[in-house]
Amino acid sequence: MTARERIAGNVAGYVDDRTGAAKWMKKNLTKVFPDHWSFLLGEICLYSFVILLLSGTFLTFWYDPSMREVVYEGSYEPLQGLEMSAAYASTLDISFEVRGGLLMRQIHHWAALIFMVGIVVHLMRVYFTGAFRKPRETNWVIGVGLLTLGIVEGFLGYSLPDDLLSGTGIRIAEAIIQALPVVGSYLAFFTFGGAFPGVAFIPRIYTVHILLLPGIFLALITVHLMLVWYQKHTQFPGPGRTEKNVVGYPLMPVYMAKAGGFFFIVFGVTAFLGAVASINPIWLYGPYTPGQVSAGSQPDWYMGWLDGLVRMAPPIETVTFGYTISWNILIPGLILPGIMFTALALYPFIESWATGDKREHHLLDRPRNAPTRTAIGAMALTFTLVCLLNGGNDIIATTFDLTINQMMWFSRIGVIVLPPLAYVITKRLCLSLQRADRDLVLHGRETGRLVRMPNGEFTEIHEPISAEKAWLLTSHEQLAPLELPDLDGGGVRRPGAIKNKIRNRISRSMATAVPKATQSERKELEGHH
Amino acid sequence: MSNEIELIKDPGLPAHVHRRADTDPKAAARAERQVATLFILSALGTVVLVYSYLFVDEDIFFFIPVLGNTNAHQLGLGMGMAIALFCIGAGLIHWAKTLMPDEEVIAQRHEFKSEDEDREDFVKTVKAGAAAAGLGRRPLIKRTLGAALGLSAISPVLLLGDLGPLPGNQLKTTSWKKGTRLVTDPGDRPLRPQDLEVGAVAQTLPEIAPGEHRSLNDIGKDAVLLIRLRPEEFNLDAERLSWTYEGIIAFSKICSHMGCAVALYEQQTKHLLCPCHQSTFDVTRAAKVIFGPSARPLPQLPITIDAEGYLVAQAPFNEPVGPSFWERST
Ligand code: HEM
Ligand code: FES
Repeated sequence: MTARERIAGNVAGYVDDRTGAAKWMKKNLTKVFPDHWSFLLGEICLYSFVILLLSGTFLTFWYDPSMREVVYEGSYEPLQGLEMSAAYASTLDISFEVRGGLLMRQIHHWAALIFMVGIVVHLMRVYFTGAFRKPRETNWVIGVGLLTLGIVEGFLGYSLPDDLLSGTGIRIAEAIIQALPVVGSYLAFFTFGGAFPGVAFIPRIYTVHILLLPGIFLALITVHLMLVWYQKHTQFPGPGRTEKNVVGYPLMPVYMAKAGGFFFIVFGVTAFLGAVASINPIWLYGPYTPGQVSAGSQPDWYMGWLDGLVRMAPPIETVTFGYTISWNILIPGLILPGIMFTALALYPFIESWATGDKREHHLLDRPRNAPTRTAIGAMALTFTLVCLLNGGNDIIATTFDLTINQMMWFSRIGVIVLPPLAYVITKRLCLSLQRADRDLVLHGRETGRLVRMPNGEFTEIHEPISAEKAWLLTSHEQLAPLELPDLDGGGVRRPGAIKNKIRNRISRSMATAVPKATQSERKELEGHH
Repeated sequence: MSNEIELIKDPGLPAHVHRRADTDPKAAARAERQVATLFILSALGTVVLVYSYLFVDEDIFFFIPVLGNTNAHQLGLGMGMAIALFCIGAGLIHWAKTLMPDEEVIAQRHEFKSEDEDREDFVKTVKAGAAAAGLGRRPLIKRTLGAALGLSAISPVLLLGDLGPLPGNQLKTTSWKKGTRLVTDPGDRPLRPQDLEVGAVAQTLPEIAPGEHRSLNDIGKDAVLLIRLRPEEFNLDAERLSWTYEGIIAFSKICSHMGCAVALYEQQTKHLLCPCHQSTFDVTRAAKVIFGPSARPLPQLPITIDAEGYLVAQAPFNEPVGPSFWERST
């Protein structure tokens, strides 16, 4: 036994004597993790969160969360002598006086963007592969929570520098609060400690940004990861992979090395972006004052779709009995986003209700094999994308020489027409991909080689595909639609008849499929040759 | 032949294919050198970072295509850090891929559902526990506990009441009074009608006593845009027209949609445009909304001149400024 082995043995012994952890550790150090590039998306979120914690803590050492007015005397000449909040002045100091401060600010902001992109793409991966199905609904709901809080956290962080651009964003947030029926003006005054902008807002959101929300993030991420660990990762279908097993690499050493390495890669890439790609150059915007605005005001992209929704809202406001309701703010600012996020969070339960499928699933779906789900996803993405585009309508209009008017009507119509169109197209696309899979299994791959038949006709030689490939293309199960009765045994309509009818219809739509190829069919075809 | 449909069978996990480094010691040695090289590169990155921190002045800028004018100090720190971190990651992953075992292993899953017996036992335990506490048998305790818990929730809500004052009529009022002079922002100079040419716009605020300080709260309600047209260009009713002075008309600069500053004026069309959501207001028609999400015109400030010929307010705004709120009734 080498000295090193002896030390390792002693440490393990010390820990086990006090916790009895050896058995658990032995089991879990060899835990198997399936490998697929799309499983890295969640890791990107985790690592960029760690980067946010590190870079954010660095920023707290110099950032001064105060709206006290100071006169700027730092080294950035264009702003010297100007009155501004201490928050803005300290952000300028981080950018110009603190060594590496600008780098850290830019790393923090890039990490925030990567964090949000990571969450959205990770969510899409989980959605389109059906990884949210039983038993993983809890993790889906936690994920939607993280997405929502991430949007809030990002918005608050973006507001901290108190520059003209972000102040404008706060003004808009205040208007949304103020628009709430009955309690709006009270809530706005409680949030801002009085009239807008007041002097309380920045210190308050600072506490939320660096303490409250990061704490909640940590708690949610911990539960999320513990569930992944305990329930074991899903895997893509393939030869040798079943609902009852996990095929992959053991935690120690391969997965540890890869995951650890990937953390450094993400951090390295973020540092590279922070070094070369300028982001949020707040010194160009100037300090916030409510009487001014910078042209082309844009939020970060994860807020952009909301901004686009607000921009396309029709100008409707009602006054009843002397009380005002601003539908032009409430609908795009609260009601629609509320419906969208609730539907997103409830999707796993809706789908399992519609299909009647209450079993555990550990093998992922190929998106084409769940055409309705995939089409709903495409529909939601299209909706969000049109909103996002409209959030940049002024910039797009000037770039492509359109009028704002044209852009606005494109979005107002597009947001209603394009999502259903995306649904129909995606569903058809999925079904034709299924048909292509079926043909491939039955007739093999086209080789491009032509032969001349005795009767003079040319046909292309088809080569049978491998057993592995054939299995991959046919291993999914095809659920039969629910056929819930709407009459009971005696022929009387039951109370749930309408509900059953709706459920039957949805489940029939969910079950639309091109029948997958079977071995029997293959044999039959062979018989013909 | 039976009618049973035969499905395609799972061929099972494909046989493992060895990598070169698994069988060829030379390839393994080469992979080892590659990993080590990456770690050495990382160390060099740290050297770049330390060098930039200590020896590169903070005010050296130089031009890089694509990036533009770049600060050498920040770039050195950032690139050093990026190289140091990235190469550690690349080294670890290369190591895992080339030298660590790459044989896939299979682990079994178990269904999460417990045995029926265990489930029943669990329910029994809970029931027994609840019975032992005797909540069901002692309704008095149950009710008083519920009431106490419910009431205790009042305290945090009550204490948070000091987060802000009540709005009162702050949302409905501004600093403008009859006779308040309009002064330029910035500059604080009072304005005479002749200071404004036809077609010009001025940004103004209410005059304050010397030495007094204007808070952002005030600016957020008081900011006013003055625009001068030819009087015949207006398309206003008699009352509104009486609120203008020799073709000069005054509107709140705070957008009636969500409160941004309505900053853009198009001279040819005589439209005011809010850059936030593009609400567009027609100056000739009392800032009527002609495009965008805003549902109300910009509030108008009635103006005239005082004895010394300076522009002043005739009266406060005709309605509350800024975004809508529940209690607003016009
Ligand atoms: C998911 C988590 C987080 C997100 C999405 C996020 C996002 C942001 C964004 C977009 C900014 C604006 C940066 C700029 O351009 O100046 C910011 C600023 C800031 N963040 Fe975070 N952040 C997160 C977590 C944290 C944490 C954990 C801390 C501290 C422990 C922190 C501390 C700060 C500070 C002090 C600032 C202001 C500094 C400045 O403006 O230069 N953040 N954050
Ligand atoms: S704030 Fe002016 S258009 Fe929305």
